[in-house]
Amino acid sequence: MTMLHIMILIPFVFAIFVPLLYKYFNKRLHSGWFVILIPIIIFVYLLQLIPKISSGATIYETIPWIPSFGINLDMYVDGLSLIFGLLITGIGALVILYSIYYLSKEKEALHNFYVYLLLFMGAMLGLVFSDNILVLYVFWELTSISSFLLIAYWYEREKSRYGAQKSMLITIFGGLAMLSGFIMLSMITDTYSIREMFAMSETIIAHDLFLPAMILILLGAFTKSAQFPFSIWLPDAMEAPTPISAYLHSATMVKAGIYLVARLTPIFGGTAEWFWIISIVGLITLLYGSFNAVKQIDLKGLLAYSTISQLGMIMSLLGIGSAALYFGYGNEAAVYAAAITAAIFHMINHSTFKGALFMVVGIVDHETGTRDIRRLGGLMTVMPITFTVALIGSFAMAGLPPFNGFLSKEMFFASVVKVTEMDVFNMETLGVLFPIIAWVASVFTFIYSMILVFKTFRGKYKPDRLEKKAHEAPIGMLISPIILASLVIVIFFFPNVIADLLLVPAVSAILPSLIEEGVLNIHISAWHGFSAELYMTIGVVVVGTIMYLLLKKWTKVYRLYPQNLTINALYNNSLETSQRIAASMTNKYMTGYTRDYLAYIFTFFVLLIGGTLIITNSITIDLTNDAPVNIFELAIMFSMLVAAFTILLAKSRLTAIISLGVLGYLVSLFFVIFRAPDLALTQLVVETVTTALFLLCFFHLPKFKEQTQKHKKGVPFKPLNLIISIAVGAVVTVFAFSANGTQIFEPIASYYEDSYELAGAKNIVNAILVDFRGIDTMLEIFVLCITALSVYTLIKLRFSRREK
Amino acid sequence: MKKPNDIILRAVTNVAVVIILTFAIYLFLAGHHNPGGGFIGGLAFAAALTLLFLTYDIDSIRANFPFDFKVLTAVGVLIAVFTGLGGILFDKPFLFQAFDYFNLPIFGKTELATAVLFDVGVALAVIGTAMVIIMTISEDR
Repeated sequence: MTMLHIMILIPFVFAIFVPLLYKYFNKRLHSGWFVILIPIIIFVYLLQLIPKISSGATIYETIPWIPSFGINLDMYVDGLSLIFGLLITGIGALVILYSIYYLSKEKEALHNFYVYLLLFMGAMLGLVFSDNILVLYVFWELTSISSFLLIAYWYEREKSRYGAQKSMLITIFGGLAMLSGFIMLSMITDTYSIREMFAMSETIIAHDLFLPAMILILLGAFTKSAQFPFSIWLPDAMEAPTPISAYLHSATMVKAGIYLVARLTPIFGGTAEWFWIISIVGLITLLYGSFNAVKQIDLKGLLAYSTISQLGMIMSLLGIGSAALYFGYGNEAAVYAAAITAAIFHMINHSTFKGALFMVVGIVDHETGTRDIRRLGGLMTVMPITFTVALIGSFAMAGLPPFNGFLSKEMFFASVVKVTEMDVFNMETLGVLFPIIAWVASVFTFIYSMILVFKTFRGKYKPDRLEKKAHEAPIGMLISPIILASLVIVIFFFPNVIADLLLVPAVSAILPSLIEEGVLNIHISAWHGFSAELYMTIGVVVVGTIMYLLLKKWTKVYRLYPQNLTINALYNNSLETSQRIAASMTNKYMTGYTRDYLAYIFTFFVLLIGGTLIITNSITIDLTNDAPVNIFELAIMFSMLVAAFTILLAKSRLTAIISLGVLGYLVSLFFVIFRAPDLALTQLVVETVTTALFLLCFFHLPKFKEQTQKHKKGVPFKPLNLIISIAVGAVVTVFAFSANGTQIFEPIASYYEDSYELAGAKNIVNAILVDFRGIDTMLEIFVLCITALSVYTLIKLRFSRREK
Repeated sequence: MKKPNDIILRAVTNVAVVIILTFAIYLFLAGHHNPGGGFIGGLAFAAALTLLFLTYDIDSIRANFPFDFKVLTAVGVLIAVFTGLGGILFDKPFLFQAFDYFNLPIFGKTELATAVLFDVGVALAVIGTAMVIIMTISEDR
C-alpha cells in the first residue's frame, strides 16, 4: 500500500462514511464540506509530484490484486496522467464547493449525490493512473456507472431516466467493445501492461488483429468522449444537476476517451489508419457539435453541443499529432508534436472555461428558474459578477484574446494548416478539407459563444417571464467560477509556466521517441506575427459577428433537416423495436406456470448432460466391481417404486404428499444402510420440514378434484412430459454409472480422511462443510437467506399492492 | 376454521418439543466429532418449531419466540461471513478455521474450534430461513 494507492482508494473508502456523516451532521452542516476535503488532499498530493514528474521522472507502484491472472493495481504517474489527476481533483474540489451552494441540504438526497460523486472521482483517478489495461477497463466502466447514477440523480423525472439510460447504453457498449480490443491487444503482446506494449508497437502494428483491436478500442474512446455519431448521449446527460454537468460531462469523464487515445498513441500512432480515423471523426464531431449548438434554446443544451465540438477538436488534434510518430524525429516530427501539445493545452483550457460557463449557467438557472434563452435577457445589470465570468468564459471559448482559448485555438489552426503540407497517408487528396472544416466550425463556435453571453445577459430584461425574481448568486456559489475564470486569464499571460511544468512531461509521455531526439521545444506565445492562423482568427471574428447579427435570417436552415432522420430518432426507434421484440420473445416462453419452467430446466439438463456424455463418448457401465445387492436394498427399492407410482396415480393431494414423504424417508434408509448417518439425519429432518411446508401450501392450491373432474381419467396425460421424465431418469442413471466407472483424476477423498489432523474434527462430513469447503457452505446459506427473503417479499408485497 | 379436538397432539407436542429441541442442540454440538452439525441441528430446531406451530396457532409461537426470523437469517449469514473474515486478520485465507485444545475447569481438556462459530451462523441461517418461509406462507390468507 503506497501513498499513490491510498490517494486513489481514499474516495471509495470515504464514500462509505458519507451516509453516516449525512445522517448525523446534515442538520448543522452541508455534507459537501466533508467531501471537499478528499479532492483537496489528493490535489495537494499531486501538486507536490509536479517537480518530480516535470524533471522527467515517473512513478510506478504496484500491489497485487488478482496476481494469478496478472491483474494488479499497477499505478503509474507520468506527465499525461498527472494532468488528468490534477484536473479531476482540482475541478472536483471547485465543483463540490459550488454544489454546496447549489444543492439545498434540506431538499436534496445529498448522501446519494456525494457517494456517487466520490465513486466517480475514485474511478476516474484509477482510470488515468492504471497501467494495467484490465484494471483500467474496470475503472472505465465504473465511471460509466457513476455517471449513470448521477444523471439519474433526480430519478423521479422521466427525462433524467431517459438520459441516464441513453448514456449508459452507449458508453457501456463502447466499453465492452474496448474490452474486446484490450483482450486482442493482450493476445498479441502477452501482457496487460500498457508500458510494456509501447515497446512492442511494431509487433502490434504488423499483427492481423491490429486493425480490429484498434477500431474496437477507438469505439470505447469515441463513445466516452461523445464523438460523432455517439455524441447523442451528451445533450441528454444534461438532465444531471449542473455541478455534475460541469464536472463529469465537460471537464473530466468525457475526456477519458481523449486520455485513452493519448495514452495509446505510442502503440498505434504513426499508422495511416489511426491518423485518419481519429482526425476525421474529430473534425466531423467538431463541425457537428458547433453547428448544432447554435440552434439550441436551452443554455445547457448549447453547452453540451459545444462540449461535443470542443472534444472533437481535441480528438482531431491528437489524430494529426500522431503523425509525429510516423516521422519519428527531426523538424517534421516536431511540427506534429505541436498538435499534441495543442490538444493537451486545449484540454486544460477547455476544462477551465467550460467549467466556469457551466457554473454560470447553473447560477442563472438557480436564480431565475429557467435556462431557456428565449425567456432570458438583460441579466447583466442584475448579475454583474456572473456576467463577467460568462463573458470571460465565452470569449475564451470563441478563441479571442486575452483568454487562454485564443492560444490553443491558434495552435489548432496552425496544426490544420501544417497538415495540408504533409505528403504521406494520401494526405494530398482530402488534406485541404482540414483547415476548411476547422475554420467553418470555429465560425459557429464564435456564434454560439456570443449567443450564450449576449442573449442571456444583454437585451431586454423580462422579469415577468422568469419563475423567480433574479438577483446575484451568493458569494459561495461564485467562488468556483471566479477561480476558473481567473485561471482563463492567468493562463493566457503565463502559458509557458503550464507548458514547462505540465505540457512537456505530458507530450513526452505521448511521444516518447521525440524526447530522446531532443526536438521537443514547446514555447507558447500569443503573438507570432501575421501568420495564417492569425488571419483565420480574424476571419472567424468578422464572419462570426456578421452571422450573429443576421442570426434570424438564416436559422431557418436548421428546420430543413427532417426530424425523423436524426441519430436520436434512430436510437429511439431501435430502442423501442428491441424492447418490443424482447417482450414478445419473453412472453412466448415465460408462461407463468412452474410446470413449463420445470420442463425447460429438465430438457436443458437432459440435453447438456446427456449430450456431453454422448459427445465425449464416456458412457461406461461396468458392474463387475460393484457390491452385490442384498435383500434389504431390494425391499427398499421395491417400496420406493410403490411410493413413486402412488404419487403418479394419486387422486388427492394428501395421498401424493404422503407418498412423497414415504419416498424421502426410504431414501434416508438407504443412507443408513450405506453408513452415512449425517446424510440420513439431514434427509429425515428435511423430509419432515418440507412435508409440513407442503401441507401449508395446500391452502392456496385449487382443489385437486376439480381439476380432475374436467378430464375423466385423472390428470391429463401429456406424452411430452412423459418423455422428459423418462429421459431425466435415464440420464441420471447412466451418468451415475459412468461416473462410478470412470476415474480420470486422482480422487480427492483421501485428503479429507486426515480431517482430525487438519481440522481437529472426527466427523469428516462436518469438517468438509465448515472447514475444507467452507465457502460452499457460506454461499449455500446466502442462497437460503435470499430464498427466505424472496418468499417474504413475493407474498408480502403482493398484499400491499392489492391493498392499494 | 373448526376448532379441532387435538388434546392428544398437544399433550404429546409439549413433551416432544422439549426432546426435539434438546436433541437439536445436541446434534449441533456433536457435529464436530459425531453425526450432526449446524445444518442438521438448525433443521431439527426448525422442525420442533414447525411442530409447535402445527399444534398451536401462529400468535402463540410469536409470543414465545419474539424475534424476527428474517433478522435471524441475516445475523446467521453475517456471523458466517465475519468468522471467515477473522482468518484474514491473522494473514490466513478467507474462511480459515483454527482449532486448539484447552484445559478448562469442569470439562478438562477441551477442543475449541472457530468452526463452531461458523456453524452457529449456518444453524441460525437455516432456522431463520425455514421459519420465514413457513410463517410467511401460513400467514398468507
